[in-house]
Amino acid sequence: MWNYDKKLEYPVKIKNKDLNMAKFLVTQYGGPDGELGAAIRYLNQRYTMPTGKTKGLLTDIGTEELAHVEIICAMVYQLLKGATPDELKAAGLGGNYAQHDNSPFPTDANGVPWTATYIATLGNPIADLHEDLAAEQKAKITYEHLIDLTDDYDVKDVLKFLWAREVIHYQRFGEALVDVYDLLDKKKYY
Amino acid sequence: MEKTYNDLSKKELMTKIHQLKFAAIDLNLYLDNFPDNKRALDDYNTVTAKLTSAIDIYEAKYGPQTNFGGSQSKYPWQWVDEPWPWEIGE
Repeated sequence: MWNYDKKLEYPVKIKNKDLNMAKFLVTQYGGPDGELGAAIRYLNQRYTMPTGKTKGLLTDIGTEELAHVEIICAMVYQLLKGATPDELKAAGLGGNYAQHDNSPFPTDANGVPWTATYIATLGNPIADLHEDLAAEQKAKITYEHLIDLTDDYDVKDVLKFLWAREVIHYQRFGEALVDVYDLLDKKKYY
Repeated sequence: MEKTYNDLSKKELMTKIHQLKFAAIDLNLYLDNFPDNKRALDDYNTVTAKLTSAIDIYEAKYGPQTNFGGSQSKYPWQWVDEPWPWEIGE
């Protein structure tokens, strides 16, 4: 099971409303390379991992990704805080207001809703860990694009933290892949 | 002399908890791949002991940080106290 820790993994203290940035940033909530997809991807893949180590790693990175979902939602919430329907409409978020008011909702930057087709599980640890390595690279690049789209220090600071976590997860998945290859090699008899 | 956790302000104590929790997360992921790395394990256990004591002090002063039996509450039920993390941003 999971418990809730009543704090963010990293502080989010955004002072300035920025509706355009909220619209871009929401892709890291519900977009193809977002944190929700990452969490579900890893937590779903853990059942067919071959070792205690890989089951642990997928559980723990999947859990950390849930904390990143919360960070992105906190950022979107703070960026949208106090926005009027007219302001939302001007920023291209009139559709969001119509359907969700000022609530965050898991879509990509163009409003396309999150879908399970963003995740993959082959049930094969080699294929799944390669998927995970690619996913971390794609998320890292998306954070770089988002950092290019804002000048707000408060936003950039959190995005840099999340960027760095993608790098670490990539590293850990790479180590796990090497370990699984070693395990499979040991099982071969000639 | 370094301040004890008990001497820290609410903000300072939360910063300390954030730092220790982050160290625990990062060491945890590393240990998942390298369970026999004694140095990393010693660091994890040291960080965890410090984190537990910082959280105990925080909860005694400001209320529960985890639900479902994670910590006791004073009367009335403090879990529902605002602000929630996304509101205060920490």
